[in-house]
Amino acid sequence: MLAIPTMLVIATLAFGLLHATPGGPFDTAKRMPPEIQRSIEAKYHLDEPLWRQYLRYLGDLAHGDLGPSFQYRNTSVNELIRSGLPVDAVIGSLALLAAMLVGGFVGTVAALRRSRFFDYGPMFLAVLGISIPVFVTGPLLILVFAVQLHWLPSGDWRGGEVRYLLLPVAALALPYIAYIARMTRGAAIEVFASPFILTARAKGLPARTLILRHALRPVLMPLVSFLGPAFASVLTGSIVIESVFGLPGIGKYFLTGAINRDYTLVVGITVLYGALIIAFNLLADLCYAWLDPRVRLQS
Amino acid sequence: MARSAGAAAVVNAAIIDRPVRIAGQWRQSWARLRRHPPALVALALLGLIVLLALLVPLVSPYDYATPDWDELYQPPGYAHWLGTDGLGRDLLVRVMWGCRISLLVGIAASLVSVLIGVLWGATAGYAGGITDSAMMRIVDILYTVPFIPLVIVLTVLFGRSFLLVFVAIGAVSWLDIARIVRGQTLSLKQREFIDAARALGLSNTTMIVRHIVPNLLGIVIIYATLTVPTVILFEAFLSFLGLGVHAPLASLGTLISDGAKHMKSHPYLLTIPAVFLTLIVCSFSYLGDGLRDALDPRQRR
Repeated sequence: MLAIPTMLVIATLAFGLLHATPGGPFDTAKRMPPEIQRSIEAKYHLDEPLWRQYLRYLGDLAHGDLGPSFQYRNTSVNELIRSGLPVDAVIGSLALLAAMLVGGFVGTVAALRRSRFFDYGPMFLAVLGISIPVFVTGPLLILVFAVQLHWLPSGDWRGGEVRYLLLPVAALALPYIAYIARMTRGAAIEVFASPFILTARAKGLPARTLILRHALRPVLMPLVSFLGPAFASVLTGSIVIESVFGLPGIGKYFLTGAINRDYTLVVGITVLYGALIIAFNLLADLCYAWLDPRVRLQS
Repeated sequence: MARSAGAAAVVNAAIIDRPVRIAGQWRQSWARLRRHPPALVALALLGLIVLLALLVPLVSPYDYATPDWDELYQPPGYAHWLGTDGLGRDLLVRVMWGCRISLLVGIAASLVSVLIGVLWGATAGYAGGITDSAMMRIVDILYTVPFIPLVIVLTVLFGRSFLLVFVAIGAVSWLDIARIVRGQTLSLKQREFIDAARALGLSNTTMIVRHIVPNLLGIVIIYATLTVPTVILFEAFLSFLGLGVHAPLASLGTLISDGAKHMKSHPYLLTIPAVFLTLIVCSFSYLGDGLRDALDPRQRR
């Protein structure tokens, strides 16, 4: 139930920061006649006192209206987000999905083969995967698969064709594959050592039933609580991915908006990021309660 | 109760009177760390990188800023060990300056975040009650604020000042430390020596500064070590987007970003700074893991 005050804090912070800084969106190099300057400012309500602008903004926000963009004339922030968000939604969800499948599988296998080659090898790779930032893996993937091997295109979107999706999704997914593999391995080792698994094994259950029926759920628990924050960092990661691969997502609008002081666009996207993060944390909490009867029964 | 305390005092006196050297807490931790080879390798590697980053700019005949138009895009070789960039500047010198900046930002910003986090967490945990809930609620709210976008906005608006990057990153990354320190303080508060200190009539400030914070030191060192790599990555991320330090100075992120632009013709411009960044970040992670085992044996996995 922290969602509403949190959103208020985010909107206020973003709004306050933008207005606290010198320089407006219409301070261009060529000077405009004062009347035109005034009429433009009046159109965007920039001539009103700050508190009125703030209240107006919050009022519109409550209706889901993020206002007009200052930079892209005659376009609203909502329209820009609507055109950019699908790109991020596609690469972000594909990357997280890939990370869960690959990372979960590798982590479980590593835990089963503990202290052997198939444990140490992947875990070393996982540390590397966490340490190498997306803006290095992205260009390296392009270098290998696009420049050297000519297998895949080096960028562009083309309406989300699979060939164009593969590299950005892979680059975005790599650190999460590494994180999830490490986490799953830790959780799996702990679960496999616990008494109820020993009991199940003593009953003579085959390994597959043991893992899928008994071990899987407790192994998934930490993963679920990781997904909330992971989603938040996927959003920022996709800012880099967009700039490396030249994708038309909201990260691109965000960066150009920040550089051009497009107040409403930048505040709008920040608020959107906040709302998405809150929604995902809530979803992760619900999943957690659904998976873990202890949490469910407590409240 | 009184009798067992008396007995303990007798045992203590017996131990203290004996002329043996009791292994101190730090000595024990160091012994545990020495049994952790990856952490030692990481420590040595970091030491080497710091040494190189300090020495190379002093020893090398090249500097990081002056272009040399006769030496554009030289591949790694005898004159320029790691080659030169598009302005003929020696890559080794530039990478070493990059390491300097990245390490400086990483360590300084981590110190800022540790300072805020420890004070916030220790105060909340020690005060308890409404103060505690209010302070931790603020942390909960801040957790969901999309900080990286906010920092991007900040750096764009207030200009790319070095100090701002420190403060912004430090101010963002104290939340984890505050949470951990609070939890630890809550459990410390239950211990006998705190009762004893209170019975002596110490003020709250003295209690926090003299008795709570020193006991948090181990866990704080661990998390500080683990904060440094995330900060370095964050600074590199900002630099990659063109929001970091000013040219001609370059952090590792700037070098990677420049290298990525020329990677089709000169891949070493991308790979060499990337390798150094990865080495630094990896080393800090391994060192943090090792320190966790050494300073906090109870959490050992």
